[in-house]
Amino acid sequence: MNDTLVEFRQVVKRFDDFVAVKNLNLSIAEGEFVALMGPSGCGKTTTLRMLAGLEKPTSGDILLNGQVMNEVSASERDTPMVWQSLALFPFLNARQNVEFGLKMRGVDSAERKKRAIHWLERLDMGEFIERPVNQLSGGQRQRVALARSLVIEPKILLLDEPLSALDAHLVIRMQGVLSKLQKELGITFVYVTHSQSEAFAMADRVVIMGNGDVAQVGSSREIYRAPANKFVAQFVGRNNIVSGKVISVDNGLVHFKTAFGTFSMRSPKNTAIELDQSIDLSIAADRLSVEARPHGAEEISQIKSGTTNSEPNQVHCTLISEEFVGAVVTLFFETNDGTEFMVQVQERELDELNISQDANYILSWSVDAAHLLDN
Amino acid sequence: MRSERISGWILKAYLVVIFLFVFAPIIASVVFSFNSQRFPTIPLGSFSLEWYEKIFNDADVWTAARTSVIVALCTAVLSTCIGFATAYTDYRYQFRFKGAFLALALLPPTVPLIILALAMLAWFSKLGISGQISSIIFAHTVLCSPFAMAIIRLRLSQMDENLEAAAWNLGASQWATMRSVIVPFTRPAIIASFCLTAAVSFDEFAVAWFVSGLNKTIPVVILEIVQGNIDPQVNAIGTLVFVTSMTLVIIAQVLIMTSQKRDKIS
Repeated sequence: MNDTLVEFRQVVKRFDDFVAVKNLNLSIAEGEFVALMGPSGCGKTTTLRMLAGLEKPTSGDILLNGQVMNEVSASERDTPMVWQSLALFPFLNARQNVEFGLKMRGVDSAERKKRAIHWLERLDMGEFIERPVNQLSGGQRQRVALARSLVIEPKILLLDEPLSALDAHLVIRMQGVLSKLQKELGITFVYVTHSQSEAFAMADRVVIMGNGDVAQVGSSREIYRAPANKFVAQFVGRNNIVSGKVISVDNGLVHFKTAFGTFSMRSPKNTAIELDQSIDLSIAADRLSVEARPHGAEEISQIKSGTTNSEPNQVHCTLISEEFVGAVVTLFFETNDGTEFMVQVQERELDELNISQDANYILSWSVDAAHLLDN
Repeated sequence: MRSERISGWILKAYLVVIFLFVFAPIIASVVFSFNSQRFPTIPLGSFSLEWYEKIFNDADVWTAARTSVIVALCTAVLSTCIGFATAYTDYRYQFRFKGAFLALALLPPTVPLIILALAMLAWFSKLGISGQISSIIFAHTVLCSPFAMAIIRLRLSQMDENLEAAAWNLGASQWATMRSVIVPFTRPAIIASFCLTAAVSFDEFAVAWFVSGLNKTIPVVILEIVQGNIDPQVNAIGTLVFVTSMTLVIIAQVLIMTSQKRDKIS
């Protein structure tokens, strides 16, 4: 049912010496909500601009509706974009801004007006139709920008960090508006963002980019629970990265040695593990548990390697700082050798832990909590 | 507290003195233009429009005024067009020797007027177009285009860098974008540049004196009257020229400032 609408085939974009996009292969289906996410400079905006025809690929093809678009100019593409700066025309009012695309397509003025008003009303802007855009609030201007792009009834809408200039509470509200619109219209949204919460909340599929490459493609949950590699694990969520060397494999467990002790993990199903292999693991911060280290439980067992679920991996460490975000608290620990660990706990659990800086704690995680990363 | 207030007053008084010093000659000229006495002496005589009547009945002044207006209007149109084209080229394109291009475009006002005027005279006589109204227009256009460019360039620099791309993205061709985005956005600057270049041309003496030949402009006529004798007519003409130029300059300033303010809110 879902036909491919957009296809990037071995697309490369170079600016002088700088390679913004390296060999991108990606297809996007009709009606799909895809988020391109990554740190700044990862090539996500360049990718979007190439799709809109504002940048030319150095090599490779971009297909839209099965047609190679390389030589088609930006003004002939029907790939409207919602800009980070919104780029509304400051000398026009809300309605005239929305009418712009129709005017350029030669739609007569009565029809233009009707359609512009229809879209503004649909986006709850009915009261502000004749308002100059500089007298609108950030959220209202956002809606004008959306209406301006949607009024030409495109099959695809490009969004370049459209919510980055809004206040936090408005961001959540606009996320709702965008998700609802995308479902109702059934058109493809390509959404560029550096914000994990925006991408994960709205997109059907998230494309994580780093240094001009696609690092991982998947649903929000796939990426969150099973980051493909170190880059994704570090960029997404709160993941502890542990590097080590395999020392033995037995009983469905892999035992490995790190700078701060020897630990175990469940053998991964699809990957063969060899002795002496270097491995990187990620352990999500919410899968570690903390307990205060009782006095007297001295240096005898600084660390403990888990053997089964009932005997988890353990490491001793000290608290260095904490970060509150509402109900969830992130605690930062340090082991003897200076390795940092992040642990997420509920705010209400803090009292039981009797948290104080420089006190000693035991962190533990089950052999199933660690996730093997590709090298 | 008290010393602060005193220093505040001193600064204000200082400012008033400065402005008095700068504007006193102009104010005097305006005052004496309505004075019935022939010589600018105090106490003043009675209020009189005699000198204005005199210049209104002077055919030479009328011809010069006509020439000045034609020159100012043509200069304003030409230099605003050239200034716009240069400013847009600078805004939109990256090319080799762009620095040299900009330096060259902004050069004319840095050349001493006398040198510029002499060079123009020599050049125009070589081309056989000296002493005509068009020669003043050409000379003034050379002088004024950099001002036009500076004003329009400033406005373009305030434009959201994605505004043009947003227009293309919505289906506007390059020309349609120029017509429906760039020109409307820069309109206040275009009008301001028109007013300012008209004012510069209307006031300009040195170059006009060299290249005008028999087609005298107002400043040239003023000099000729002053050279002959002391005549309060000059005060009357001066007052009118001052009012015209100030009006144009104020319009330009207001346009530039309000367009900046409007953008800031958004």
